[in-house]
This record gives sequence, C-alpha cells and structure tokens, in this order.
Amino acid sequence: MGVSPMSSRSRAGCPCYRIMGKMPMLRGVMAKQLTIFVENRPGRLKSISENLCKSHIDIRAFTIQDRGDYGLLRLIVDKPNDAYLALADVGCACALKDILAVSVPDQPGNFHRLASALAENSINVLDAYGFVLQPHKTGVCCMEIDRPQMAKAEEVVKAAGFTVLEDEELYGL
Amino acid sequence: MTDVPFWNREVETAERSRLQQLQLQRLKGIIGWALRTPFYKRRLSQAGINSPDDVRSLQDLQRVPFTTKDDLRQNFPKGLLAVDMREVVRIHSSSGTTGIPTVIYFTRDDIDNWTDLLARSITGTGAGVGDVFQNMMSYGLFTGGLGLHYGAERVGMTVIPIGGGNTKRQIQTMKDFQTTILHITPSYLLHVHSRLGEDGIFRKDLALRKAFIGAEPHSENTRRKIQDLLQIEAYNSYGLSELNGPGVAFECVCRKDMHVWEDAYIAEVIDPKTGEVLKDGQEGELVLTNLVRCAMPMLRYRTRDLAFLHPEGCDCGRTHRRLSRILGRTDDMLIINGVNVFPSQIEEKIMKIPEVATNYQIHVDKKGALDRLTVKVEIYPKLFLGEVAVLEALRNKIREDLQASITIAPIVELHEPGSLPVSEGKAKRVVDDRPKD
Repeated sequence: MGVSPMSSRSRAGCPCYRIMGKMPMLRGVMAKQLTIFVENRPGRLKSISENLCKSHIDIRAFTIQDRGDYGLLRLIVDKPNDAYLALADVGCACALKDILAVSVPDQPGNFHRLASALAENSINVLDAYGFVLQPHKTGVCCMEIDRPQMAKAEEVVKAAGFTVLEDEELYGL
Repeated sequence: MTDVPFWNREVETAERSRLQQLQLQRLKGIIGWALRTPFYKRRLSQAGINSPDDVRSLQDLQRVPFTTKDDLRQNFPKGLLAVDMREVVRIHSSSGTTGIPTVIYFTRDDIDNWTDLLARSITGTGAGVGDVFQNMMSYGLFTGGLGLHYGAERVGMTVIPIGGGNTKRQIQTMKDFQTTILHITPSYLLHVHSRLGEDGIFRKDLALRKAFIGAEPHSENTRRKIQDLLQIEAYNSYGLSELNGPGVAFECVCRKDMHVWEDAYIAEVIDPKTGEVLKDGQEGELVLTNLVRCAMPMLRYRTRDLAFLHPEGCDCGRTHRRLSRILGRTDDMLIINGVNVFPSQIEEKIMKIPEVATNYQIHVDKKGALDRLTVKVEIYPKLFLGEVAVLEALRNKIREDLQASITIAPIVELHEPGSLPVSEGKAKRVVDDRPKD
C-alpha cells in the first residue's frame, strides 16, 4: 500500500481539508491530531499500530477516549497526513483535527495559569491531554476547542505568555 | 368433565354441522361487506364472485385469493374499509414490514363482537366476577391491551388498566388490590417473578390465580416453568391485529391448546409454498377469515404463523377446533418482548442515515427473562469527524428513529467500517441468540 504524501488525491480525499476551507486562516498552521475510531475489543489497537509502523510513522503522544463499545484513539505523530492516508487506505474511520498545542513550562502553577486564562475568557475546552517533554522544563498541553472559539483561544493563550506550537514545531519535538 | 364454565354454551358446544351452517351464512354476509371495498371487489370478481350468492358452500372459500400484509400496505389507509368513516368508532394499528403501518377499523358492532369473543375466552378459563384483573399489556394502538380490557369488563372482573412496564409498581399493585388474574407476555411474567421479594413483597403476599399469556410464542416448558415458579395456571392466547387482536383462539380450563372461535373465524392451514389447504393435524401456515367485522372484512389472511389444528375434540365439550401453539414463522418477523419487529423496518431506518455504512446487524438475545435487541452499525469513514459528541448524537438518533418505527428502543452499537459480517443474504443480518427451549 504505497502512500504518496500530500498528493492531490490525498488532499481531496481528506475531510479535514474540506472543513479547513471554511475556516479563517490563522497565523501559521494549526497542529493536527489524528483521531481514529476503534472498536473496544482485543486486537484492534494492534491493527492500527501495525499500519502506522509499516508507514514509518513516529508517535509523539497518544490517548484513548473510552466510550464503552468503542473508543477514540488520538495521536500526535510526526507525519499526520501520511498517517491519515495509511489508515484511511485500509478503511479506518479517522480524521485530522486542528488542536491548540501549548508549550507549558513544567513547574507548579503553570497549568493553573493556562486554565485560568481560558476560564476568564469563557473558552470552553472540549477535550485535552498533556504530556511532559523534558521533566521540570517543558510540557505540552493539547486542547480541542470549539471551532468558533479557536482563534480567540489562541490569542488568549499567547496573551497569557504561553507559546503555541504550530504543526511542525509540535511534530518535531 | 364437570365445572366447565361457558359464556355462550349454545354456540361454544354447537354441533359441527350447525357451526358450519352458521359459518356459511356469515361468510356470505362478510363477502357482501367485502364487495363494498375497492380492493376486494376487484379480487373477488377475478375469482368469479360478484355477489354473496356466488358463495354456495364453505368449499367456495377456497376460490377466494389470499390476502397478505403487503395487500394491506399497498391499500393503506382506506382500500379495505367497507363502511363510511362516520360508522368507524375505533382504529387500531400494527407495524408494517416497512414504514407503512397496518390499520384496522372497527364499527360499534365490530367492537361489540370482538368484546364478546374475549368475554367468552376469559370465561372459558374459569375467570369471572370476583376476580381482579391486572392488564399488563400495552394499551394504545396495539390491540392486546384494549381488547382484553373490554372483554374483562364485560365478564365483570375488576379491571386494573395498568399497561406494560414498571415492574416495581406492577408488583405493588398486585399486592395492594390482591390481583388474581394477569394478562402478560410470558417473558415479562418470568421477569416479574425474578423481581419478587425486592421490596419485601413475596409470592405469599399475592393472590394470583391465573395468567393469560400471549403476544409471543413460547414452549410448553416455558408454560410449565411459569406455573411452577408462580403457582398459577397459565393460559395461552392467540390473536393478531389484522383479525381484531386477542381472542382469535384461547385455551379453556383443559389447557391443551387454543379453541379457535369458529363462529367468528374460519381457520385454514395451508402449505405455505403451494397454497394448498392441508388436513387437520398437518402443520402449515394459518390462514384466517374474519366473519364478524364489517368495517374491515379480512378474507383468507395469511398470518405467516406456522401451526396445526387438532382434528379431535376437547374434554371441555366445546366443538370449536383447537389451534396448536405457534411453531414458527414463514417470514423473518421477530417477536421481541411481545412486539412484532420486521428486520426490514430496521433496515429502512438505518439506510436513511448517511453517517453509517450500509452494513448492519440485528442481534437478539436474553437479558434475564427479557429479550434484548441490539442494532450494530458501521461508521461511514468519509463522514467521520473524530468527535465523540457527533458519534453519541448519531447513536441517539439511530435509537430514537428506531423507537419511533418499531416502538422498542434498541441498544445501538457503533462499529468500525468493514467489521460486521458482509451480508450474504438476509441470514447474517439477523442473529437470534435466544435459547430455544
């Protein structure tokens, strides 16, 4: 199953591009999260990891949202488009979504500062997860924000002194 | 046998020849009513019947073409209505095989006749004045609830029109009013038994004597289990809304299969493939003609139920032949907690939802004593957005759409694309894991 990254076919076939077309362009390019629908039964994760492995995809972070009979596997990978195509080609239900990835210094109180800034501006976080990149130095917080609030959320976070990680910055961590 | 109760001894024990005379007379009458409908006028004239006098013997009924559920659907809503709507006092309805339901009309006289058949059925079991009757079947468009309700009132029982569901309240009500007779599906009755004792109400606190069990096929073993566990007499009941509802056939005190009320119905058993009428004792598809409903005559209706008629008489002295338990179906209809469900109804709804792929599976099993329906659908990858809220809204939409159509809210499972067995004919689409006892 050969995957040619960013071919015209890939752009047309990927739902995220259709959605992005309607979005006001933000400065830079938002980081992408790959979300995959996975049935909750043995062996399903393996079939996904197998396909990612074959396509030499490097996983930076992942989390699973459990919904009982199914779960959503969320991945931050080095080549999101390649990963998307690798899975879509084998019939997986998957989607690329914009996320707000924020670099958060790994010290007590910083996450609180981030959460407060969002709260004060009435930004609702749909879903979030975080990981420590370098202990006591750098952490990353990935957030799904309602589309209409995304641009405002980015401004709020920056105004609070945090760095927003754009796509390549996040994947290259 | 002594102590056999009758509602109408003369009719119930009439000589066969007298009964057949009555059938012929009523058949001519109902053919007259049928000829008033566009549907039967066409059908009957093709069979050379243009007036009631063209039917000279009961044998002539075999010239009449069968009526099917599909005929009812195609002639929805009024193609089989034989009277002016001003004479119709009640409408009942049941699920069709697709979105179009089956509708049944009753005049005041039709309701009266139907009620009398139920009064006869109830009396035949030994229930009557002094009994407290808890009607645990659903009321509403479904005929099971209202049919027995009217019959029970006519007999003079104290009727509690509680309807289905809410097991705690059902048990409390049984205790509060010292209910003696239940009308209920066998699976729900077993479920009720499993819940006895939860609120400190045990069998000894109840006055139950009998249960009329119907709306779903069950085995003799299930009846025995009900009778042993609950220490009651359980009476099997048969009916379908196209032929009024309950009261087509009912067990008498002998509890050895159900007397078909042959002054009101002509029962035939046919070979479902050839349509040939079979002899008594041979198993085939039950075909029924309604002799006493003017608003909507029903001639040779194919019930799709497999059964046989007992050739020999009954110890109770009734001359009306007995119908066996329902042994199966000639179509793929599922009966889930007493509700008739066609897989095509489910398919129709699922196919209208773009976010799911075309592959689906219907799964039925038991949870405790009750049936459980699970509908499994595959996510359609091109419309997957990666949002839980969207997926859960989809799950709810499927459940609500199906509930609106089949009246049962199924469990809806979302599956990965390509994970359900590919349909190779209908067989794999429906998996029924309920134990066959």
